[in-house]
Amino acid sequence: MTFSADTRFHRQLFVFNGLLPAVLILIDGWRGRLGANPVEFVTRATGVLTLVFLMLTLLVTPLRKIYGWNWLLKQRRLLGLYAFFYGLAHLFTYLAYDRDWELGTVVGDVSKRPFIAIGMFSFLLMVPLAVTSTNAMIKKLGGPRWAQLHRLTYYITIGGVLHYWIIVKSDVTYPFFFAVVLAVLLGWRVVASIKKARGRSATG
Amino acid sequence: MKDRSHIPSSEVTPEETFLNRRFFMKSAIWAGSTLATAGLYRTFSPRPEVANTGAAIATVAEPELQTALAADEKVNSFTDIAGYNNYYEFSTDKSEVAAKAKHFVTDPWSVQVGGLVHKPRTFDLADLMKFESVERIYRFRCVEGWSMVIPWVGFPLSKLLNQVEPMSAATHVAFETYYDIKQMPDSRYAGIDLPYVEGLRLDEAMHPLTLLATGLYGKTLPNQNGAPVRLVVPWKYGFKSIKSVVKITLMDREPPTTWSLANPGEYGFYSNVNPKVDHPRWSQAHERRIGEMGSRPTLMFNGYADQVAHLYKGMDLSADF
Repeated sequence: MTFSADTRFHRQLFVFNGLLPAVLILIDGWRGRLGANPVEFVTRATGVLTLVFLMLTLLVTPLRKIYGWNWLLKQRRLLGLYAFFYGLAHLFTYLAYDRDWELGTVVGDVSKRPFIAIGMFSFLLMVPLAVTSTNAMIKKLGGPRWAQLHRLTYYITIGGVLHYWIIVKSDVTYPFFFAVVLAVLLGWRVVASIKKARGRSATG
Repeated sequence: MKDRSHIPSSEVTPEETFLNRRFFMKSAIWAGSTLATAGLYRTFSPRPEVANTGAAIATVAEPELQTALAADEKVNSFTDIAGYNNYYEFSTDKSEVAAKAKHFVTDPWSVQVGGLVHKPRTFDLADLMKFESVERIYRFRCVEGWSMVIPWVGFPLSKLLNQVEPMSAATHVAFETYYDIKQMPDSRYAGIDLPYVEGLRLDEAMHPLTLLATGLYGKTLPNQNGAPVRLVVPWKYGFKSIKSVVKITLMDREPPTTWSLANPGEYGFYSNVNPKVDHPRWSQAHERRIGEMGSRPTLMFNGYADQVAHLYKGMDLSADF
């Protein structure tokens, strides 16, 4: 079996590497090695990991089209679920340590602070995508409708980068990095769709 | 095209070799990806312990001073205080400042004190160490929402100001931090104009709680905490307590301050700790005490209201934030 056909191996590799940061955070936490402000670190780490996995899901299509790595498609939903998993961990950290589980204060926080609102909205948009990530749901919705729904990922990722950008005090290096990656990933799609449209009008 | 059915047997990879090669490839991919993932995590995760390598400073007792903490407030560890710093000239990553500031040269040093004073003067390190040192255990509240309890060593700023004799026209004091892009190459990413400048009203500067700190935990300041000399104003947000001071200037008007220049809607000149005035992007009602998991209510003037509230009588603190 060639590498690109070894789906079981890909799955193991992706499951393991996706879980590894969470395991390392837990180990560091258990050993008391999360620095002076563990809550801040875990909040930032889970937030950044959410963005990383969102970017990785958006990287699948360009890699398939450019390099023909079609085997990646079978791992894309897993990448998306990891984005949801870290997003959920990020939300829990916020609810438990920023809000002290006083859920009533979340509404006020969302309405007062645009970056919280954007983050919360982006997370909520991830929920239907996570729920419809099973084979049965793809069948139920039908391929095209499912794909259309999952294009919400674009807006979720834009929201995530904005959410990060707004909270930073003055050094925007990291949010800028994510913004550039996102711009490239979305820009590639725009260019690809223009090319496709031109190709169609030329032949049609 | 070559006839596939006639590949000589010498060209066929024996099954065992093929399986071995695949096993090797898979192991390499496992190891490589694990190292890459764990390595990336480690690059962005907090640094380990920091050692206190400062020189001891002798202090005198101040039995009459009242800055007592509540019974449940513990002094933070040296590692917390010296391993978690906002010092944008070195890094905007609080856990990285200690390493980045390690080779910062703080000796020789001089603090130029001038402006509206009768006796302008430059103080070198030896001059600063001649002031009688005291230990002051203060709460330290960062505008970001975290706080610590820090055992500073230093002397009241008023003692230094009295030596230079402020003129009667002087109403404010301006401070400036040392700046050298060669020693602080990462300051390019700070996102704020440098050198860092701060200011106080003269009565705030003369207040007995306002300290020029030269040490903490009984020893000279670590570089990342603002060596060799920094301001400590315990009732204001931490960014007012300017680090590595090289210039103190008495003025007859409010001096510009770095964070309010960067974002006037978010940071004011006074920046008194005030749980009732939120930062536009986050609440200031609570704080996370470093070393604790739960949050504490933030106290008016950081718990120093009895000593300093009179300075702001009649002022609207939500307008003069």
